[in-house]
Amino acid sequence: MEQTKDHAGVSEAREPESDDLLVVDRIVERHRGEQGALIPVLQKAQQAFGYLSTEVIERIAARLEMPVSQVTGVVTFYSYFTTTPRGENTVRVCLGTACYVRSGKQVLEDLEKTLGVSVGETTADRCFSLEIGRCFGACGLAPVVMVNDDVHQRVKSTKLRELLEPYGCSNDVDGGPAAQSRGSTERNSTSGGSA
Amino acid sequence: MPTVNVNGRDVSARDDWSVLEAAQAAGYEIPTLCKMEGCSPLGACRVCMVEVEGQERLQAACSTPAFEGMVVKTNTPKVREALRTVVELLLSEHEGLCVFCDRDQDCELRQIAGNLGIHANPYEGAKPRRRFDDSVPGIFRDTGKCIKCRRCVQICNDVQGLGAIFPQGRGYDTVIGPAFGRSLSEVTCVQCGQCAAVCPVGAIGERNQIDEVWAALADPRKRVIVQTAPAIRAALGECFGYPPGALVAGKTNAALRRMGFDGVFETNFAADLTIMEEGTELLGRLAAQFRDHTRTHLPLITSCCPGWIAFAESLYPELMPYISTCKSPQQMFGTVAKTYYARSEDIDPADLVVVSVMPCTAKKAEAVRPEMYSSGYQDVDYVITTRELSTMINTLGLDFGELEAEEPDAPFGAATGAADIFANTGGVMEAALRTAHYVVTGRPLPGENLHVKPVAGLAGVKEAGVEFQNCREAWSFLEGVELSVAVAHGLGNARSLVESVRRGEKSYGFVEVMACPGGCIGGGGQPRMTSDEVRLARIKALYSDDEGKPSRASHENPHVQRLYDEFLEEPNSRIAHELLHVHR
Repeated sequence: MEQTKDHAGVSEAREPESDDLLVVDRIVERHRGEQGALIPVLQKAQQAFGYLSTEVIERIAARLEMPVSQVTGVVTFYSYFTTTPRGENTVRVCLGTACYVRSGKQVLEDLEKTLGVSVGETTADRCFSLEIGRCFGACGLAPVVMVNDDVHQRVKSTKLRELLEPYGCSNDVDGGPAAQSRGSTERNSTSGGSA
Repeated sequence: MPTVNVNGRDVSARDDWSVLEAAQAAGYEIPTLCKMEGCSPLGACRVCMVEVEGQERLQAACSTPAFEGMVVKTNTPKVREALRTVVELLLSEHEGLCVFCDRDQDCELRQIAGNLGIHANPYEGAKPRRRFDDSVPGIFRDTGKCIKCRRCVQICNDVQGLGAIFPQGRGYDTVIGPAFGRSLSEVTCVQCGQCAAVCPVGAIGERNQIDEVWAALADPRKRVIVQTAPAIRAALGECFGYPPGALVAGKTNAALRRMGFDGVFETNFAADLTIMEEGTELLGRLAAQFRDHTRTHLPLITSCCPGWIAFAESLYPELMPYISTCKSPQQMFGTVAKTYYARSEDIDPADLVVVSVMPCTAKKAEAVRPEMYSSGYQDVDYVITTRELSTMINTLGLDFGELEAEEPDAPFGAATGAADIFANTGGVMEAALRTAHYVVTGRPLPGENLHVKPVAGLAGVKEAGVEFQNCREAWSFLEGVELSVAVAHGLGNARSLVESVRRGEKSYGFVEVMACPGGCIGGGGQPRMTSDEVRLARIKALYSDDEGKPSRASHENPHVQRLYDEFLEEPNSRIAHELLHVHR
């Protein structure tokens, strides 16, 4: 009988540990023994790495002594978490009820065309990631699109390129190299919360 | 004791009852596709909706506590309409035609739809992406049939403590499965099949081998023999209208002969053989500890259960030296069949097909492990579950109830009472102690009717102590030694037991583990649904079968004695080790 089987998450291998995993260990350590530690740990890990890699998820599961399937269950439940590397900017289209009925879905389809990616994907130049959200609490301004922490109100499909331009690294936005400046008069950074 | 009014009838509810239980007490069986006995309510399926007076919305009966003065209505137009819509929506995403499904006879969704008179699907439309996972030998997953009730998740996480599967994703796109879209072969799934045993539909089930068995039976070049595990006799009858615990070993033998098997045997013979090997191994380790004072591995841990073995290999590899090297009775039977039996019957083992009837899905995986070719061939060719056997009996059109009881064939014959109780939690332990105590002291195991009462029953972890007194001269070093033993069933309980030993809180000489709640009688391949009442009825039947046997201890089995005399020499001999043990 073989001594061990190579099962996910229970490998006995002692490989040199990457710095990333030590960062995960420190995050978990701060929440040790807490009820409901998983979500804050995932949030902090995503803040640290930009996304949650397989390696990071498995480490979190091992350190919190939870099944990997349960951790990925939570990661895939919340649209906030992502398992693919994000672009420099995250574009979130609200598909909450108010935004949905005020053509949020059309805005999303047009954004997919403009950026050339589907929901959950990142442009090849790593400039934009496209996500959907479920209500940012700005229903009166529907349809709403968030780019990073900026809330864009009453978004029109015809104005998407102008909306994206200030964040600028995409070669898809109006052709030429866009400015790196992120200042814009059209932004409204005062309302709304995080997704 | 709150008084609850259900459909105009007052019932006294217990304080911890839900509306579901109160309605049951009032004589109304509210349908549910997710609630399981002994598990907290999930409220996932929404099929148990009822009206509660004073509340605007319908409530899920399973997760709504009963309270004093509550007025519940289960049969109003609003309830019926909601229930109908819920079931229609479940059906609209449910893939596959009933007639091609393993569960066509006992699908809970189909039954509820039938009770509601739903005969058409009003919601034609998109269906979620379907994935069929047959990456392991024991069980399959078909996500297209899954209704996301989460019973399997609750069993795998809360009862078995494994967490191989969990809901992934959200809403319409939810898939019940392993992390990262992996297959069962890539995660710690031990194939115990408890998920398959509770699935209300055909989304998880055993990997069926019925066709292979019929093909072997029809092949004139093959001699096809069958072994039936001790758990079958107390459960198979349920598939033919008998109450749980009806003993049907004799009828099962008769049915297997009618199917055309050339030799009909019981795994019980190999259970007695296992006790000879494992008991000797235990006494050898006790001798090392108490006589030779050499380093040994105690507690000895049983190895009959392939679910437990897979669990230990994955999660506690450091335990492997403690686990008995004995193969399970199924595999011992297969090896002996393709060596001793083939020789004595003058059959080329290449033409001998060994079929097992097991209460278990993990046994299908065990049979194809690389260590299980000791005869030079795959020792056990096909493994079918109790449920698969019942299907085959129905295929043949046998009237099971009318069959006269028949005995198993020579040369293995009937076994002892000790082998009967191999199928229930605590039974392997008791069987081993009956023989070990006799070997050491020359007297039968003390205790009422040879039983070790503290290790019987459904408590999760059970302990007992057996003291050796007035030992035979050769075993005088065990004089006054108390062998402390522990028994766990259900892998969550097994984990607690292992952890308490690892922390140094507990210390034992001998430990029995069975992966399924109740032991093999509650296995993943047994007739559905298995409640504690069913488990207890099956266990009671096996103890009564045991008590009715002329021989109650494995060392008294004359067929086993003859096997040693003619072939295996003595327990733990070189040849016995080669054939009946694994070599780690």
